[in-house]
Amino acid sequence: MLSDVGRWQLVSDVILEMRNITKEFPGVKALENVSMVVRRGEVHAICGENGAGKSTLMKVLSGVWPHGSYTGEIIYDGKPVEFKNIRQSEHAGIVIIHQELALIPELSIAENIFLGNEYVKSGVIDWVETNRKARELLAHVGLNDEPQTAIKNIGVGKQQLVEIAKALNKDVRLLILDEPTAALNEDDSQHLLGLIDELRRKGITCIIISHKLNEIEQIADSITIIRDGQSVETLDVKGDKVDEDRIIRGMVGREMSSRFPDYTPAIGDKFVEVRDWTVESPVIPGRMVCKGSNFYVRRGEIVGFAGLMGAGRTELMRSIFGQSYGIFRSGELFLDGKPVSLRSVPAAIDAGIGYVTEDRKVLGLNLLDDIKTTTVSAKLKKISKHSVVDRRAEFEAAEGYRKSLRTKTPTVNEGVGKLSGGNQQKVVLAKWLFTDPELLILDEPTRGIDVGAKYEIYGIIQELAKSGKAVIVVSSELPELLGLSDRIYTICEGAITGCLAKGEATQENLMKLMTTLSDRSAAASA
Amino acid sequence: MKKLKDIFGGDTRQFGMIFALVALIVFFQIMTNGLVLKPENVINIFNGNSYILVMAIGMVLVIIAGHIDLSVGSVAAAVGIVVALLMRDTGMHWVVAVLVGLVVGAIIGAWQGFWVAYVGIPAFIVTLSGMMVFRGLNQLIGKSNTIPVGEDFQVIGAGYLPEIGPNTGYNNLTVLLGLILVASVVFGAVRTRRNQVKIGAATDSATALWIRTGLISAAILAVTLLMASGRKGTSFPVSGLILGALVLIYGFISTRTIIGRHVYAVGGNRHAAELSGVRSKRVNFLVMMNMSILAALAGMMFVARSNASGPFDGVGWELDAIAAVFIGGAAVTGGVGTVIGSIVGGLVMAVLNNGMQLLGVGADLTQIIKGLVLLIAVAFDVYNKMQGRPSIIGLLMRNSKKAAAPVSDKAA
Repeated sequence: MLSDVGRWQLVSDVILEMRNITKEFPGVKALENVSMVVRRGEVHAICGENGAGKSTLMKVLSGVWPHGSYTGEIIYDGKPVEFKNIRQSEHAGIVIIHQELALIPELSIAENIFLGNEYVKSGVIDWVETNRKARELLAHVGLNDEPQTAIKNIGVGKQQLVEIAKALNKDVRLLILDEPTAALNEDDSQHLLGLIDELRRKGITCIIISHKLNEIEQIADSITIIRDGQSVETLDVKGDKVDEDRIIRGMVGREMSSRFPDYTPAIGDKFVEVRDWTVESPVIPGRMVCKGSNFYVRRGEIVGFAGLMGAGRTELMRSIFGQSYGIFRSGELFLDGKPVSLRSVPAAIDAGIGYVTEDRKVLGLNLLDDIKTTTVSAKLKKISKHSVVDRRAEFEAAEGYRKSLRTKTPTVNEGVGKLSGGNQQKVVLAKWLFTDPELLILDEPTRGIDVGAKYEIYGIIQELAKSGKAVIVVSSELPELLGLSDRIYTICEGAITGCLAKGEATQENLMKLMTTLSDRSAAASA
Repeated sequence: MKKLKDIFGGDTRQFGMIFALVALIVFFQIMTNGLVLKPENVINIFNGNSYILVMAIGMVLVIIAGHIDLSVGSVAAAVGIVVALLMRDTGMHWVVAVLVGLVVGAIIGAWQGFWVAYVGIPAFIVTLSGMMVFRGLNQLIGKSNTIPVGEDFQVIGAGYLPEIGPNTGYNNLTVLLGLILVASVVFGAVRTRRNQVKIGAATDSATALWIRTGLISAAILAVTLLMASGRKGTSFPVSGLILGALVLIYGFISTRTIIGRHVYAVGGNRHAAELSGVRSKRVNFLVMMNMSILAALAGMMFVARSNASGPFDGVGWELDAIAAVFIGGAAVTGGVGTVIGSIVGGLVMAVLNNGMQLLGVGADLTQIIKGLVLLIAVAFDVYNKMQGRPSIIGLLMRNSKKAAAPVSDKAA
């Protein structure tokens, strides 16, 4: 009897309780007896390494994995619920916003917001009402674009806001955000976090999955940590005085003394030098995405490139990598002091340049391939005779990298699509290490990767530099650049605005250089 | 069940289409009181379908690369008429004529490949255009007449291996061919096994491998004896020989060579392939060109078999070839498919056709059943993929050594 009374008291305070959730996939237990309690009106973060089961748990909650495909109980608003699909959970006010946004690029903001919930007057869409309501919702999320604007014409940050507007339209009471800021720059992230804070004040409960621990520390009221499919602990951010190190300890199950491996650079001669590199946008004629860029990288040196999204970092790197982006307008490239002209990706690879792309799934991997085919795919010549692939050499090469990079997989015959983000990234790294690059460019090498794997990847990058290769790291995470680089260039609107050595760079002065065009470069771009 | 899995390497489901083929043969064999496996009929199935299967080989590469080719029937017809006219009007030797035919095919393929690869027009449009253009060319050149071809040319479509050596009651060359094939299958198995053990990659048990090899060998021998024991003067058809050679060559190219890898890479993720140094335009060009060359060959084989080139040769062939590829486990989105799978898919259609003909089922009903088989086969595939299992034969044929257990679905 007593326990019943206790339960009733909880109902007012607790919006969601998941009890002993176990979800199995063929051959693997993704979740095992996971429990969590979310209080009404709080921001509840879920932390865990990639593959720990965070997204699976949210899919169980939102009905993507229907009732019956898992065991355990979900109590929502004091009542046990058994969602069979997303429609049912949305009806109950639970809305999930996935990492990959579910917006249709060709449709307008308003059309996207009301997709599936259109305002209809006798079978015809009422555009006046649709746009009026859309404008109202957009105001709520702090977006002042016209509702008729096509989704493809607004940035990722704004798209994220449209998703939230869409959720608000569904009378959301429990909003789940899966890695909401992964693709956003600092400004947009802050704006989004501010919005979440505002929603909290309006009484909307949020569950947020994120790898960005500083953001979690900033926004969350409590944190549930999941490790290897089990809920490890729930932390009260304010009461327990939780900081990043505390969260990391929970996630990896041990103390991480440093987020970067120990490393002493051994810097040699200049290997690559780029002078006056100018590239025109392939989409917008006349717009230069790189404006007379000059930089160099020495052997054994890790050079960081900092810039906001859209500043032209990726464009510059891809253009140097065999002119694989944009229209080359002018500039010189020197390798070991000799001028070279690399007009295609194969030429760049042969010249000893490797490029780890920013978006693994879209640009970096063929998800249908297995590990061993992927490993050798950028330099098949190396293991082929008369254009016939030596499968034994292929297996041995892949097996070698599996061991040295400690890729977690039963065999190298496994499909890369089945690996977790960190292990996929290791396969991509293996693919480029296999080409024996003298210069390796890494574009956002740790995006969407958990802390433990990040540490390992930093180690691999440092090893590479130590063996005398030149390394470029492009990243949106300033702490990563500060921890890893020997030197950091800043890019703003296609122009290189500064270069800071390890000792003198701080988040503040980098951010300043990333956001201000110097007079010289402003003149050059005019 | 566990044993079966071992023998066939991985999921038994992957062998669905091969089982379906065997089941179909058994079914019709019983229903027709043994007509299906009569030597004459088996030879007939090979002769009557090899040109479709030749095109299926080209088509699967096109589809793996993420394209489609609707023009193959028209290309076959256009090349057929050119070759028939050359032989009739200029008295060109048939061997030279065949070579000229292949060159014409290559030129047509280069034309279509150019638009697809270098201009970037979807292959569906380019080859839809080609379908009309080359049909029209056939009728323009041939003035919509039927042009007969000489007997010597007919060998590539209707010829048989000659009778040589002592009278054994069997066709000696056919038997010899079968034995060579069995020997190479066994040799290949031994070598693969030895390599796998050496590098520690052996995933299936030795017994399973031997049973598998034994079954394949038995099947080859059975077909060989069947074909060798036919009516005097018939034996293994030359068209079957051409097909067999092409299967071996293209099977090898698609799985073992750099260009083969590149075809899969472009179809699987074009951007990733390009950023890994694959020249995707060249791959697309070559794949389209290769298709037209094979279509040209198929067209000539058909003309040889039917003794003449006509204005309506090759109508609807593209659909048969495409159906074979999809029944054989290729994915509409590209990146997945195998040469062997497509041949099996084509044979399923062929046996279905033949069996129903023997049963006296009308062409109307046959069409309906074939259409449904295509739908069910692909639906089966899609269902399997939704369950996270590999496609029926697609994956298996690419790598039969693959361990079956999925590692993790839980990636965040």
